[in-house]
Amino acid sequence: MKLRLPNCLVLLLLLLTVVTLAGCHREEKLPFRLTDVSGHMPELDFKLTDDHGKPVTGADYRGKVVVLYFGYTHCPDVCPLTMAQLHVVMQRLGPLADKTRILFVSVDPTRDTPPVMHAYVNAFDPRAVGLTGDPRDIEALSKRYRSAYTREPDGKDGNYEVSHSSAMYVFDSKGAARVLATPADSQDDLVHDLHLLLDNGNPP
Amino acid sequence: MKTQALLFLVTGLLLTGATHATEAEHIRASHAWLRLLPGDLPAGAYVTLKNSGDQPVALKGASSDAYADVMLHQSSSDGGMSRMAMVDSVTVPAHGTATLAPAGYHLMLTKSTHPVKPGDTVRMNLKFADGSTLATDFVARPANAMDAGS
Repeated sequence: MKLRLPNCLVLLLLLLTVVTLAGCHREEKLPFRLTDVSGHMPELDFKLTDDHGKPVTGADYRGKVVVLYFGYTHCPDVCPLTMAQLHVVMQRLGPLADKTRILFVSVDPTRDTPPVMHAYVNAFDPRAVGLTGDPRDIEALSKRYRSAYTREPDGKDGNYEVSHSSAMYVFDSKGAARVLATPADSQDDLVHDLHLLLDNGNPP
Repeated sequence: MKTQALLFLVTGLLLTGATHATEAEHIRASHAWLRLLPGDLPAGAYVTLKNSGDQPVALKGASSDAYADVMLHQSSSDGGMSRMAMVDSVTVPAHGTATLAPAGYHLMLTKSTHPVKPGDTVRMNLKFADGSTLATDFVARPANAMDAGS
C-alpha cells in the first residue's frame, strides 16, 4: 500500500517526460494569425529547375523562410495579383526580406521554361524564384501539399488556362511547414506571421 | 446595274452607321489601367465604369490597336481553386457602378501589336450591348503594381 503511491508518481513522471520529449521534436509554438499547419504538413522537399536553369531541391532553401505558391505565367489576373501582393509583403519586411524567398512553382511547365520564369519572377521581386521542371515532379510537389491544378480545354487560338489552388504555404528556415495563407487573408497577418518566423525562427 | 447601285448604297449606309457608332453618353470610365507582364504574356486590364443613366448598360468587350485580342474574363475562387472564365457581358446598373478589378472581372489582352512599356497609354474602345462605344485610355503599369497609381 505504501509503495503504490510512489509507483503511481513514477509512472506519472515517466509519462510527463515522454510528453515533454515528444514536444521537443515539434517546432516551437508561435502565435500565428493565419492557419497554423505546424506538424500537419510535410517539410519542404522537391526536385525542380530554378529560373536560371539550375537543378534545385528543397534543401537548397534551408536557412530561408519560404513562401511557396503555385501558378503560371499566362495567368493575367490572379497570379500576378498574388505575386504583386507578395512583393508588397517583402517590401514591408525590410531587410528581413533577404532571409525570405518566394518560390513560384509553375503548374504549366510546357510554356513556362526557365527563361520565361526568370523574366516573370524578376518583374515582381528580386527575392522571387521561379521553379519549373518535369510535370511529374511538379505534380509530386503539388500533391505533397494537397494542392491541385487542372489544364482547361484549349481556346480558339490554342491558348489555354490552368485552374489551380490559390493557397500559399509558408515554411520556416528549417524547411518545416508552418502557415497556410490564402489570397483573401490580410497582408498584415502574413507580414505578422513572417516576422514571427524571421525573428524567432532560426537565428543565423 | 441597278442591284449594284443598291448594293453600294446599302454598303455606304452600313459603313456610315459603323463609323458613327454612338458614344456611350451615360458611362464614365475611371481608374483605367493594365498590368504589363514580361515578353508576350497576356495582360489584365481594369476599369471602373459609372452609369449616370436610367437604364442598365452592359459592357460586351473592347478592342484596341495595341492588342489583337481583347477578351472579357472573370476570375473566381471556389473551394480554394482559382479559375478564369470568359464572360459575355458585365452589367453597369442604372445610376450604379461596375468595377473591373484584380481577382474579378478584367479584360485579357493578348498578342500585342507593338511593345508596350510602363507609363504608356493604351487606347481601348469599350463596346456596350446597345451598340455604343467609349474610347478610354488605359495606363500601362509594371507587373508588381497594385492599382492604377496616381
